[in-house]
Amino acid sequence: MNTTKLKESVQKAGKGLWNSFPYLIGVILLISLLSVSISESSFTLLFKGNLILDPLIGDILGSILAGNPITSYIVGGELLNEGISLVAVTAFLVSWGTVGIIQLPAESILLGKKFAISRNFTAFIFSIIVAILTVTGVNYFDN
Amino acid sequence: MAYTGWYFSITVCVIYLITATFNLSKVFFALDQFKMIILKILPVLLLIFILMVVTNYFVNPKTLTKYMGKNSGIKGWIIAIIAGIISTGPIYMWYPLLNDLQKQGMRTGLIATFLYNRAVKIPLLPMLIIYFGLTYSIVLLTSIIFVSVAQGIATEKIMEIIE
Repeated sequence: MNTTKLKESVQKAGKGLWNSFPYLIGVILLISLLSVSISESSFTLLFKGNLILDPLIGDILGSILAGNPITSYIVGGELLNEGISLVAVTAFLVSWGTVGIIQLPAESILLGKKFAISRNFTAFIFSIIVAILTVTGVNYFDN
Repeated sequence: MAYTGWYFSITVCVIYLITATFNLSKVFFALDQFKMIILKILPVLLLIFILMVVTNYFVNPKTLTKYMGKNSGIKGWIIAIIAGIISTGPIYMWYPLLNDLQKQGMRTGLIATFLYNRAVKIPLLPMLIIYFGLTYSIVLLTSIIFVSVAQGIATEKIMEIIE
């Protein structure tokens, strides 16, 4: 093993992480504040029972919120119990995992502004597409 | 880029200070939450550091371009999908490593596909099945995997249009 190359690799990795450190701290601080500021039970109130509007609301909500995916399953399950459509709940679950409004500043600086905006925009649109595909697929297999 | 991160963190601290003037207990709850997240992600951070060292040591731009560059073809998409599915921890933890790989020539669409597949959480599959059923879970995860390629291509196309 080339020790000089290993030392260089460790230094480069350390420098890369150190440069990302303030963004990571900022993002985690924002997520922490958001998670204690918004009550999960209030999410149901945002949905209007509209078949077209609700998936969009679910998509927006999932894009803004961040955190452990388990929380999204729990919230999604609750929304479903409250009578919110499966397309809206699925759009919420998918955008929770794929779109990151809170992480956008960090993503913009570390991976490029154009990339971050394009990626989050397409992920937002595709969340609804995945939701429609999933519900169509589930209906097909269940019937 | 050198100071932007610190400006960002300082801005967030200012948001905390403003919140504290209205609701001090909320800030303490948020800081508790912050501590919990930090403790939880420390092992992931270590894993990412090791992965960064390994990629810096073994992967050179030529190899990376071959497997994940512009002309990597189907194997590039497969690698991005599998890597996205098996990667653990929060999405933002992977930005430093992806930043490294991007500089070495990793295709933009593959980065987007990798990040999209982070929504597929195999360890949490039992939980997803309990909440939404087996059929739903399988169809959802399959849809995410297939759509991730379209999303990667769409991201690249939009970037080309912007540029």
